[in-house]
Amino acid sequence: MQQVPAVEIDGITLCQSLAVIQYVDETRPGAKLLPADPKKRAQVRMISDLIASGIQPLQNLYVIQKIGADKVQWSQHFIDRGFKALEPILKQTAGKYCVGDEISMADICLVPQVYNAERFKVNMDQYPTIKRLNQTLLEIEAFKVSHPSNQPDTPADMSA
Amino acid sequence: MAANTKPVLHGYFRSSCSWRVRIAFALKGIEYDQVTVNLIKDGGQQRTQEFQSVNPMQQVPAVEIDGITLCQSLAVIQYVDETRPGAKLLPADPKKRAQVRMISDLIASGIQPLQNLYVIQKIGADKVQWSQHFIDRGFKALEPILKQTAGKYCVGDEISMADICLVPQVYNAERFKVNMDQYPTIKRLNQTLLEIEAFKVSHPSNQPDTPADMSA
Repeated sequence: MQQVPAVEIDGITLCQSLAVIQYVDETRPGAKLLPADPKKRAQVRMISDLIASGIQPLQNLYVIQKIGADKVQWSQHFIDRGFKALEPILKQTAGKYCVGDEISMADICLVPQVYNAERFKVNMDQYPTIKRLNQTLLEIEAFKVSHPSNQPDTPADMSA
Repeated sequence: MAANTKPVLHGYFRSSCSWRVRIAFALKGIEYDQVTVNLIKDGGQQRTQEFQSVNPMQQVPAVEIDGITLCQSLAVIQYVDETRPGAKLLPADPKKRAQVRMISDLIASGIQPLQNLYVIQKIGADKVQWSQHFIDRGFKALEPILKQTAGKYCVGDEISMADICLVPQVYNAERFKVNMDQYPTIKRLNQTLLEIEAFKVSHPSNQPDTPADMSA
């Protein structure tokens, strides 16, 4: 598919980030990335998919290269559309994190999407729940160490 | 204790994502009620305030089940798989399960969102070329993946969520006149799957809201 990420793990190569994440969750010990309760698990997947199918694919590099000159407006439109839907959903599902009080795959999807929103100058004040969750999550070590500003290939002028 | 109420699917006969959910219900032998959300009529019934309270994303499918409302077809399908008896829609083996999700997501994130109604309405005049482009791009990637993973079905020899995603996407490809001869593995799998009762009964040509001139 000529996209990132692709992960070589346990002798196979997987693409599609949510497939990788759930594989890792199912095969490694440690804090679970999806809740045990089936309804909460479905809500985590619903939120993750709203972002990973409903927003990000419409504003990824390949698509905006095809859109051309209108790319900022196009991207803002699709991010706003998705966040307008996500905000009331999260108002219902969120505790300290997206779904209740445990970090999940939904939080993993949310933070990078907010980063994209900020890149395209989306007004995040319209989405107070998303904004609050994002701020809470960015304080967590795993979200900091993995941040785009802290990577081996981060350009010098964007490094943390 | 309340009597078991049937799930309610808010969908549209030709919505490929709604069809995925219909297939899953049929494979699990689950009876459900359907509420039609006509995506074209009246400026699109998905845009009403009433439906917005069902799904704020204004998309189908949305499913009322067990006292909650879920949207996103793959979240619904996995919820149903985890809570209902019957043939499993994802394999037990974690690597195979990951492959099923990878194939499902390639379709549900990598292809379908780029050619759904909302997007092609924004694209306008170039919509057929745009849709063909994204379906071809996705299928060009999917064909070699499936060559590796497929047995009788997309992943090995058990029907899975990957097959559930594949058939409606091929239907969309055919609507946009994509040349399916380029994708022999996808073509072969689709033909095999269309013979299965769950894929037939859920087909767009067999729904309560199928227009008379498109009925099977």
